[in-house]
Amino acid sequence: MSPSVPLQEMIRAIRSARTQCEERGVIQRECAAIRAQFRQSDNGGRSHNLAKLLYVHMLGYPAHFGQMECVRMIASPRYSEKRVGYLGAMMLLDEKQDASLLITNSIKNDLSHSNQYVQSLALCTLACMGSAEMCRDLAPEIDRLLQSSNSYIKKKAALCAVHIVRKVQDLGELFVPAARSLLSEKNHGVLHGAVVLITQLCERNPETLKRFRKTVPDLVQIMKGLIISGYSPEHDVSGISDPFLQVRILRLLRILGRNSESASDAMNDLLAQVATNTDSTKTVGNAVLYETVLTVLDIKSESGLRVLAVNILGRFLLNSDRNIRYIAMTSLQKIVGTDHNAVQRHRGTIVDCLKDQDASVKRRALELSLALVSASNIRSMIKELLLFLSSCPPELKAQATSGIFIAAERYAPSKRWHIDTILHVLTTAGGDVRDETVPNLIHLITSASELHCYTVHKLYRALLTDISQQSLVQVACWCIGEYGDLLLKGECQETEPVQVSEDDVLDALETVLQSHMSSSATRGFALTATMKLSTRITDNVDRIRSIVSIYGSCIDVELQQRAVEYNALFKKYDHMRAAVLERMPLIEKNNSGNANGEPLQQSPAAQTLPIITSSSAGGDLLDLLGGLEPTPGPVTPGFDGHCEQQSDSSLAVTLTATNASQSDISGFTLQAAVPKSVQLNMNAPSRDSLPAQGAAQLTQLVMLNNPNKVGVTHDNTQSCHLKMIAYGKNVAIFCELFFGLIHLV
Amino acid sequence: MIHFLLLFSRQGKLRLQKWFTPLSELEKKKVIRDMTLMVLARPPRTSNFLQWRDLKIVYKRYASLYFCTGLEEKDNELLALEMIHRYVELLDKYFGNVCELDIIFNFEKAYFILDEFLMCGEILETSKFAVGGSVEEADTLQETMEEYMSKPAY
Repeated sequence: MSPSVPLQEMIRAIRSARTQCEERGVIQRECAAIRAQFRQSDNGGRSHNLAKLLYVHMLGYPAHFGQMECVRMIASPRYSEKRVGYLGAMMLLDEKQDASLLITNSIKNDLSHSNQYVQSLALCTLACMGSAEMCRDLAPEIDRLLQSSNSYIKKKAALCAVHIVRKVQDLGELFVPAARSLLSEKNHGVLHGAVVLITQLCERNPETLKRFRKTVPDLVQIMKGLIISGYSPEHDVSGISDPFLQVRILRLLRILGRNSESASDAMNDLLAQVATNTDSTKTVGNAVLYETVLTVLDIKSESGLRVLAVNILGRFLLNSDRNIRYIAMTSLQKIVGTDHNAVQRHRGTIVDCLKDQDASVKRRALELSLALVSASNIRSMIKELLLFLSSCPPELKAQATSGIFIAAERYAPSKRWHIDTILHVLTTAGGDVRDETVPNLIHLITSASELHCYTVHKLYRALLTDISQQSLVQVACWCIGEYGDLLLKGECQETEPVQVSEDDVLDALETVLQSHMSSSATRGFALTATMKLSTRITDNVDRIRSIVSIYGSCIDVELQQRAVEYNALFKKYDHMRAAVLERMPLIEKNNSGNANGEPLQQSPAAQTLPIITSSSAGGDLLDLLGGLEPTPGPVTPGFDGHCEQQSDSSLAVTLTATNASQSDISGFTLQAAVPKSVQLNMNAPSRDSLPAQGAAQLTQLVMLNNPNKVGVTHDNTQSCHLKMIAYGKNVAIFCELFFGLIHLV
Repeated sequence: MIHFLLLFSRQGKLRLQKWFTPLSELEKKKVIRDMTLMVLARPPRTSNFLQWRDLKIVYKRYASLYFCTGLEEKDNELLALEMIHRYVELLDKYFGNVCELDIIFNFEKAYFILDEFLMCGEILETSKFAVGGSVEEADTLQETMEEYMSKPAY
């Protein structure tokens, strides 16, 4: 075909423009000329002008004034103009433009044109930008074309029908008979179109799916024909006969075989044959094998076949081609839940892929490795993952750290190993860990009482080396504050002893306080730690006093408040200081607030749950209040809660308090704080004192109403923090209430 | 189904764009920008697959042109590579040793060939010869019609 000379001249002119400005100038001139030409009536060069406009449009310049010209050209009797007109329609118009409605009539006429190429233009354009109305209008026409004798038209009509079904699902019924009959075609193009159409119909309508299950033997037959057929030059790709058709048939078989024993049985042999006979040296063979594996794993195949499929994936993992390794890992990710042991066999290779250069492969390997961690391989896996973390690309760091934490928490063989692992992560990637890590780690450390000495030594050393990782510094400060006396004693079984003087420790804490790298929260930790040391060290109390008083005039309000309060503790309440700053009791963990945030699955009906005192993120606030009791153990009334869901948005909580201790609790009052979106109504308690040893109970009814359903998550839970502070003997209890799913903690 | 097919040069200039889902002009520009940035930033000898939003991106470089397509979750990426390769073969057969300039100066022909090969985001014709044959026949039709039309009518 002779090239369009005017078009080529314009392209040459645009390309020879040396600057962006010059190019814009050329294009503006050309567009003006084109607009002028459009306004003229019929002339011979219309198709060239529209082609020029389309080129300009591809460069990114506005071309909407060409839309009407497209409409006019589509209606022209000349084939050359129709061709460019339809191309323009596909590029410039879409279903949202008003002008697209104007071409509906032209398309309708062209669908019944005598020339198949004109028909094909109309079919192509309808399939590209047909709106729902157009599809509804023209569907019967497409159905008629599906039954014509011309293969060229049939294959295009099949894909046009696919578009119609995507746009208007109900019209699918119309095409079912024609689609069924197309399966007996010999022409590969038509067959391919038919398979795609049937796939669409089955995906959208389960009824149709059942009907098409009967075609499984026919599909198996066609596949067998493709596999064993001789060389066909027009369909052959590197020894595979028509891989595109093979893959589509496999995909359809997958949909038909899912959840159906009989259909799966019918295709077992075929899948085994394809899996064993396909040549896997080239990409195209691997494409067919990949689709086969996906099909085998998705249908109800027999176990031998499944093993074969997983082995193929294992072979893919060892392939030198990166693409193949990538898709192998993607597929293994999908089945790691169901065929866990089979995937475990390939763990070594997967872990090796962590060291691959390619970022996509690394990402897949990381996800898969985290899924494969189990109690038996935890040590070696975490070692590999920590190695990975040190050279990990930044976009994967957050995922890697949280994955390591979850795995370590689930399968830690010993507390010391757990603490070591978390410390290692904090030193390597402390900036990318989540916020809950600090309180979680603190809780872990307090629960491992035999390791306090070891931990504090290790953290002190880490603090000396590097104070830039905020999470690490915060934990280190907290530990030094709590266990500073162990640090100063200097002897420790588990690590080499080091002579630390009180000045050294205070120097370290002061460095943290003064460093510009420390965040406000970190400095808060450091200040509290310094204060706590005042009871644990003997000589340098004055130094501590001076530090604390300096921060009494700090700009940071939080620090200032703390410093002033600590100052007061030195001056007016010195008699209480030792008690306030005592060693923290063991905090019991608030399980519902963990990383995954999965609330316990309990029915919202009346529930009773045990009370646990929770640790909130402000660990040092708890310090202050937790140490308020003058007696060694806390005297807490036992709390029981009954929750009843009154309606969709309100909850009635009945709290029962009992006192199992030796002494009476008098002056019992309940205070509750809820978020603004929740309304709280408290009835009066039944009595205001609790005699000792459970002699009597106290009940109080609290109504919670959430009329706007603020904060209700998709599974109808809402966390509503109900802080209850009972004043008897200065005892503080923090409780949390989850709306809907109860969790009185 | 594939959502789009883009061809761009190593300098990021777009040479062909085919969209199989309705998107606004603004969205199209955004996709083009994201694709060019992502694909051109890939170092050599990495895999040809990427993840972008909820689409799988498959790209392949042929000489100075990048062919980039976006697939859905259930599509076969290796087959998409084969599909891109088939399209390049078709262009090669039609233009005879195709290069980027051919596609620049004859972009409408590249579109016609594409429309004979893909439709609705799916492959239309799996035979190598059939696609080239149809395009050539359509070209002949165009010429004869042109000749016919340009004869003066007495």
